[in-house]
Amino acid sequence: MLKLRDGIVELYKKVATSLPPDVEEALRSALPAEEEGSAAASSLSVMLENVRMARENAKPLCQDTGVPVFFVKVPMGLSQLDMKETILDATRIATVKVPLRPNAVDVVTDKNSGDNTGAGFPIIYMEETRSGTLSIDLMLKGGGCENAGQLYKLPLEELGAQRDLDGVRRCVLDAVQRAQGRGCPPYIIGVGIGASKDQVTRLAKDQLMRKLNDANANSDLAALEKKILTEINGLGIGPQGLGGRITALGVKIGANHRHPASYFVDVSVGCWAHRRGRLIW
Amino acid sequence: MVTPVALNLPLSGSDVSGLTAGDIVTLSGRLVTGRDRIHKYLAERPRKEEVPFDLSGTVLYHCGPVVEKADGEFRAVAAGPTTSMRVEMYEAIVIREYGLRGIMGKGGMGEGTRRALKECGCVYFHAIGGAAVYLAARIRKTVGVWKLEEFGPTEAMWLFEVEGFPAIVTMDSHGNDLHREVEEASLKRFSELIKKSK
Repeated sequence: MLKLRDGIVELYKKVATSLPPDVEEALRSALPAEEEGSAAASSLSVMLENVRMARENAKPLCQDTGVPVFFVKVPMGLSQLDMKETILDATRIATVKVPLRPNAVDVVTDKNSGDNTGAGFPIIYMEETRSGTLSIDLMLKGGGCENAGQLYKLPLEELGAQRDLDGVRRCVLDAVQRAQGRGCPPYIIGVGIGASKDQVTRLAKDQLMRKLNDANANSDLAALEKKILTEINGLGIGPQGLGGRITALGVKIGANHRHPASYFVDVSVGCWAHRRGRLIW
Repeated sequence: MVTPVALNLPLSGSDVSGLTAGDIVTLSGRLVTGRDRIHKYLAERPRKEEVPFDLSGTVLYHCGPVVEKADGEFRAVAAGPTTSMRVEMYEAIVIREYGLRGIMGKGGMGEGTRRALKECGCVYFHAIGGAAVYLAARIRKTVGVWKLEEFGPTEAMWLFEVEGFPAIVTMDSHGNDLHREVEEASLKRFSELIKKSK
């Protein structure tokens, strides 16, 4: 487990100091869409320059190194308890070594634990896999964009949102309209639909782990993702919320079965500094 | 490309009144950081004598940096802005009590702050969110820190010496607000998008 621990420290380092190629590519292709000399274009250029500097100097590209969120697929026979302890050890080491900003605050005493561990911190989702390989996905989710997320319970009259996919579309547009530039656009939007609040928020986070250029297996949802992305980019909020054509880089939707009486939609907002990565062991 | 307006800190009243929303600027000199906890603390009651730094004319930067300590010195390695709207309920009091000439963060602020900017001759600078290494490279030196033990490195007040720190004036002292303009325009488009049926 010691080698694995060091592997997770390295994963932290990679995720905190670089952007995944698909996200960097999407930012690069956003640049020509914005007017030359505009605040949108100059913001995008600075973002790309920042990505380059962070990678070159191996420093965290955003000072908010976020809440670490782990999605772990554990092969049968490997202890999930040991796995969790290894992740906690790696987190303490990475906080000093990367460095990460200490972000875990005790709700009762308001004291920062100083090492990014605490009650329910980091967030760790584990599931067993029949495959022989251990796979660890990590996302560093910043607070600014996490605060921009919204949970909806349909129907919702003020949005004209009924319990159908058009209702989902209205929720996503509402969440982005409310967020404006406060969560660091261009955004990546994860949407989860289903029967219960806890499940849809997790499902929305899962969507944020998808590559921007992947295709939704469900063709109706794939079409909806495209349509919503176009509409978001028509809002004119733009990079950094200072106006412009690119407000989001991608919309990813996941759906579970729902209860006949319930239709929950969670919209999770990811910032442009969308830091995620995978370790295969 | 537009040449940025080079501003030296502390700012004077006429520096501020000469700025208009949309101006691209660079800041050089000393500024302080402060986010959720500092704002709450400063707004609870006047504590001007308690603050070890001279805040008059300076810029309060909404930032919780990543700081490394090497050879006994603190160095900011990542220092982008945090979302300003979270301190909206305190900001007008802080501007009025402490004589600041600038607030810097990301995403803009609300009506209370906009009024205080106008009343006191103060501006809001938007720094590029997420560009933390790029911005930290413009911090030349850490001059001091206050409340480090009590609030921790993220929430402490850092006194930084910056040089050529880039930002955009998005809320000026004349009542103009770029964030509000963008929001009103997008609300119009949003209303059309949810009016039309599938």
